[in-house]
Amino acid sequence: MASGVKPRVKVPKSATAGETITIKTLISHTMESGQRKDSDGNPIPRSIINRFTCDFNGQNVIDVKMEPAISTNPYFEFQATVPESGEFKFTWYDDDGSVYEDAKSISV
Amino acid sequence: MKKTVMRTASALALAGLAATAALADESADLIINGEIEITIRAAAPAHMENVDEIFSGWLFRADETQVMEMDDFDNPGMIFAENGLESWDAVEGTEGKSCASCHGAIEEMAGVKAVYPKWNEAAGEVRTIQLQVNDCRENRMGAEPWKVDSGSALNMEAALAAVSRGMPVNVAIDGPAQSTWELGKEIYYTRFGQLEMACANCHEDNYGNMIRADHLSQGQINGFPAYRLKNAKLNGVQGRFRGCVRDTMAETFATNSPEFIALELYVASRGNGLSVEGPSVRN
Repeated sequence: MASGVKPRVKVPKSATAGETITIKTLISHTMESGQRKDSDGNPIPRSIINRFTCDFNGQNVIDVKMEPAISTNPYFEFQATVPESGEFKFTWYDDDGSVYEDAKSISV
Repeated sequence: MKKTVMRTASALALAGLAATAALADESADLIINGEIEITIRAAAPAHMENVDEIFSGWLFRADETQVMEMDDFDNPGMIFAENGLESWDAVEGTEGKSCASCHGAIEEMAGVKAVYPKWNEAAGEVRTIQLQVNDCRENRMGAEPWKVDSGSALNMEAALAAVSRGMPVNVAIDGPAQSTWELGKEIYYTRFGQLEMACANCHEDNYGNMIRADHLSQGQINGFPAYRLKNAKLNGVQGRFRGCVRDTMAETFATNSPEFIALELYVASRGNGLSVEGPSVRN
């Protein structure tokens, strides 16, 4: 349903053990709230990303529930402490059942 | 991995402020991605009689808006430029060509955005970059032209602007373009609407002052297409002109009308010397 969805992630390539790094994520998505009407007055069905998660080596870092008031192309910036080399896995869940994924590895 | 801090849009602004606490609004410098130096203040071009120094609209924006433009990842306009890059490589039309078939990589077009609007000898008219793209689409690709200021057209303009960032705007105002430029200048200084306001009343006489809650810029268009936070999409120059003229309570010229093409050339020439900055981030 949603078209042109493309996840983007920015994670440093390396860090020292225990360092706190900043992670930026962005996904292009219309985030149609379901509150709007088209030119004929019919409601436009809701179509949003409703959940975003980030895991590091299988351990959850954040898990975000998202609501219709969030604007288009949701951007998240958060910090994480890196204990060891590994892979950050990012997952976005769409209302229509689609799941978008991205992953970035980091070496310590 | 235990401690995580969540930051969403509102907290992002705080993060931006913290990172640039040293930046004062008017003395900041713009370096994108830590490498592309943008000229945001320059001596006014010789044809400007009433202004000594020209400033990019970036200088007039709040700190957190400024910061968004300093990194391509944080600049939401780059999403649109990336879409434009995709259509650069996409084959369309009856000739089986893409933009890249003739022009090669989009980086080959560096500097092109800086000289538009530009006189086209064959057509005998001044053309905006969008019209030139459409000429290619119709005559070389056999594809449908894009509507001026439509999403696809602005995406392409943004992609073309992005590869020219840092290069000085240098539109020609003499020779065959002169009469168009003079029409643009006349419009710039003509009072329109029930409020009887000319472009110059705000952007020349009062830049730096507040118009209600908004900090008036010089109305430079070196940063277009501009991603505006208020509507979360790219905005074209002529769309912005329409907004301004509408706010004077006037009937606006149409997008792509000869008047607005002339005005686009004239306003672009007022920015000769500033860097191409699009896609920029504005409020």
